Amino acid sequence: MARLIRMDSTGHSTLAEWTTEDAEAQERAVAAFRRQLDEGYYAVVTEGEGHARQVTELPLDAELVILRRPIAGG
Amino acid sequence: MSTAPALPETAAVHWRPRTDARRLRGRGRTWTLTTAAHTVPFIATAGGLFALEPLSFPVGLAALAHAWAIPELYARRGSNVVRPRPRAAAGAEEVALGLLGDLVGHDARELHARTGLVPERGALGVWLVAEAGALLVTPGGRRVFCWCVKVPEPGLPSGDRIAHLLLALRADEAGFATVANLAFSGAPWRLRRRMPPRARPALDAGIRMARVSSRSM
Repeated sequence: MARLIRMDSTGHSTLAEWTTEDAEAQERAVAAFRRQLDEGYYAVVTEGEGHARQVTELPLDAELVILRRPIAGG
Repeated sequence: MSTAPALPETAAVHWRPRTDARRLRGRGRTWTLTTAAHTVPFIATAGGLFALEPLSFPVGLAALAHAWAIPELYARRGSNVVRPRPRAAAGAEEVALGLLGDLVGHDARELHARTGLVPERGALGVWLVAEAGALLVTPGGRRVFCWCVKVPEPGLPSGDRIAHLLLALRADEAGFATVANLAFSGAPWRLRRRMPPRARPALDAGIRMARVSSRSM
């Protein structure tokens, strides 16, 4: 089961879960993904230890997509 | 699939040249020269005054104190990037720690539990990621850069703050170093004694990793 999660004040929230066979769940996940990007979140796909990839479309084949807030120099 | 080539946050600092190993070395040298330019005149003043009039030694001592304090203040500013921030609710902290633990390996989890910092090897050196900044130990372990960079979002648990920085670093290391503000650059020993005692073993581990990386290159 793939997951779209958002890091927030609760630790993290699961916004969507989908499988490759469930087209409806995929559509819901894509819609949730776009809403979060519109709200200013960035999406990252982890690719094993030490690697991550910033994405602007939901990769439906990924196991875990993490939404993060922008960072800034302090 | 659409993949962003660089950290989008770099657009907010478009005037900065993208960081690479050569630029980083240059910034390190500039930092050292600037520190020397701030301290050498005080040392020269103290020496000159003593040569002209030995009884002026109290003024010379004050000048030497300035020469000692300026690099110490810089190092203190650098160490501030790894100081722990206020905790969120216990439940949120636990959930965030679980996610952070999934992102890193066993050794990094163990070091984080002991020191609050997460080690991460990169092309520029060994990073030690904290809640509101990161240290970068350059290959060979002779210089450390302190970067001030954070998630400007109140209420995030500690683990999430680190995970934000870690994911951004992994997605685009050079972009991460471009967005972050440099707070200090210099010898690790100068930084170490200003760091919170709990975080010092993380710097030691980072130096060891940077030396090993340097030998294997």
